[in-house]
Amino acid sequence: MMNVLSVNNIRKSFYDPIEFEVLKSISFDVKRGEFLTLVGKSGSGKSTLLYLLSTMDTDYKGELLVDGELLTGKSLDDLARIRNEKIGFIFQFHYLLAEFTCLKNVMIPALRLGKYSKEEIEFKAMQKLDALGLADQALKPASKLSGGQQQRVAIARALINDPLIIMGDEPTGNLDTKNTDIVFNILKDLTHTSGQTIIAVTHDMDFARASDRTIEMVDGKIRD
Amino acid sequence: MNINSDIAKTYTVSGRKQTMVAILGVLLGMAVYMFMNSMNEGFNRTSNESFFKSTPHLRVYSDDKISAPLQELSDAEMIIINPKIVPNTAKINDPQAIANVLMKQSEVKVVVPQVAMNVFYNNGKSQISGKTVGFEPAKGNEMFNIKSFMVQGDFDNLSSVSNGIVIGAGIAAKMNLETGDNLSITSSRGVNRVLKIVGIFQTNNSVEDKTKSYVSLSTAQQLMKESNAFVSDINVNFFEFNKAKDFAAKYSDMFGYKAEDWQAANESYMAASRMRAIVITFVSLTLLLVSGFGIYNILNMTVSQKINDIAILKAMGFRGNDVVRIFVTQAMTVGVIGVALGITLAIVLINIMKHVYVGGDIGYFPIRFEPMIFLRGTIIGLFITFMAGYIPARKAARVDPVSIFRK
Ligand SMILES: Nc1ncnc2c1ncn2[C@@H]1O[C@H](COP(=O)(O)OP(=O)(O)O)[C@@H](O)[C@H]1O
Ligand SMILES: [Mg+2]
Repeated sequence: MMNVLSVNNIRKSFYDPIEFEVLKSISFDVKRGEFLTLVGKSGSGKSTLLYLLSTMDTDYKGELLVDGELLTGKSLDDLARIRNEKIGFIFQFHYLLAEFTCLKNVMIPALRLGKYSKEEIEFKAMQKLDALGLADQALKPASKLSGGQQQRVAIARALINDPLIIMGDEPTGNLDTKNTDIVFNILKDLTHTSGQTIIAVTHDMDFARASDRTIEMVDGKIRD
Repeated sequence: MNINSDIAKTYTVSGRKQTMVAILGVLLGMAVYMFMNSMNEGFNRTSNESFFKSTPHLRVYSDDKISAPLQELSDAEMIIINPKIVPNTAKINDPQAIANVLMKQSEVKVVVPQVAMNVFYNNGKSQISGKTVGFEPAKGNEMFNIKSFMVQGDFDNLSSVSNGIVIGAGIAAKMNLETGDNLSITSSRGVNRVLKIVGIFQTNNSVEDKTKSYVSLSTAQQLMKESNAFVSDINVNFFEFNKAKDFAAKYSDMFGYKAEDWQAANESYMAASRMRAIVITFVSLTLLLVSGFGIYNILNMTVSQKINDIAILKAMGFRGNDVVRIFVTQAMTVGVIGVALGITLAIVLINIMKHVYVGGDIGYFPIRFEPMIFLRGTIIGLFITFMAGYIPARKAARVDPVSIFRK
């Protein structure tokens, strides 16, 4: 089983304000350990596609398989469990819980999963923070960190359950060049060292060029 | 601690001020609810107590019968009849047998056959009209606890002094009488007798005190010119006075005489206490509901403030139920603390009021700790809290994370 994610003939329309087909019959596969970037003009449907892949948006036609399992038509609770276990998210904005420490923020998805004891989770979260150069920030409230640091905490959080796939919607969109490089290298490292798959939407052509494969979206379709 | 409760706790603590205000709301609503309902319970208890000093739980008596045509023919025309009360029907046949049967019922505590009549107390040329009740003194005391409100003399002497009488303090005051004095009374059947006062009682009901007197059963029978088998009513007390109405119909059927429970006999008294209960229930429930709005309000606010948190939690795999739990836990924390403090405040208030002397017929403020009321209040309070948390929590659970991330 090489394909970690498969998309077959996916279509999606918005009906508000007028009917508008935002995704037009999209199909592609993503291999294990692949670093895939999605590029395209603003409004071409990249985010919409990523939210479908993420299982958070279930309103589409076609099929979505993750890790060989057909996810189309599954209940919301099942999808939540699958997301928790197999998918990590990084957004343009960090979406950290402001009232918790960085460490606690990183621990939350693992506490939800409940696979390890609290002590093990804490240890693991510390390891992730350390790997991202944030060990000394662990016990600070998330709201007290700089933008680049917050984004790195968000990455640590996305990694805590060792997900199969890490999805990012312009994960470096809010960062300066220096921080963009740091984040990029972290992601690149992950695909090499632990075989995790990355699917990231980006505007940054340098970022895209350095990835394994780039899919370009044009008006809801993949450009060959 | 479970991660959902952990998040709930953090939100509760970080919104300290709002949490405090909501707790205060529940506290006050709860305390007022419990206090007012305990007060109502206290009022009912004291008024029932004073009520049962002169009224039995149930009374079996022979209702007046109206004369009917001797023969009723369905195909015949009604000719003139002249309906009248049949004389001598206010009498129970073989009252001792009925009393014996009643005494055997498991629900019955005391049975007191009595002779009641209207009398005049004569004082020279002036007369006071009143009511005399004759029964076996020991049994009468068991039912009405008369000894507890004697102010002079000894109620027991009613059985040893053959022509003894115990009178109300109001009569004694008006006629300037004391224990040991003689009192001439005239019964409704025109019998005149001089009786010896063996005691004076004082209830907290001034009408009773001004009109009522007690004599022995045989004295009463003599005043009525009746044999020693005559009884006008059979009084019954139950172990639980609230059950009286359940047995009234059964006894009526059993004996063929009217059996009337105290509630049926005192409709207006019952209506007044029902009205009081309705008003108090309405006011106290409204207050509880208002405190529920307080909780609803802070949760609604938290949900809109934390909409990003909710979205990311759902993205990370929290189910709708987890989100509901987070916010319901927050509401219940406020509810449980508020209820606990409300109970404490209500107990303090009750203990203060208990020692306030209001005087008159009542004496000390009639209130005490009522476990059932507190239990009921706690259940209602927690239920309202739950609903006040559940409604915004469900709204939070339905947040679509994608719509948040797109902003
Ligand atoms: N909820 C929505 N209702 C209607 N149209 C939408 C909605 N969300 C996005 N769109 C439209 O769908 C198109 C694709 O949007 P998006 O996937 O965000 O593009 P991208 O991420 O490539 O910039 C845009 O034209 C956008 O206006
Ligand atoms: Mg986008």
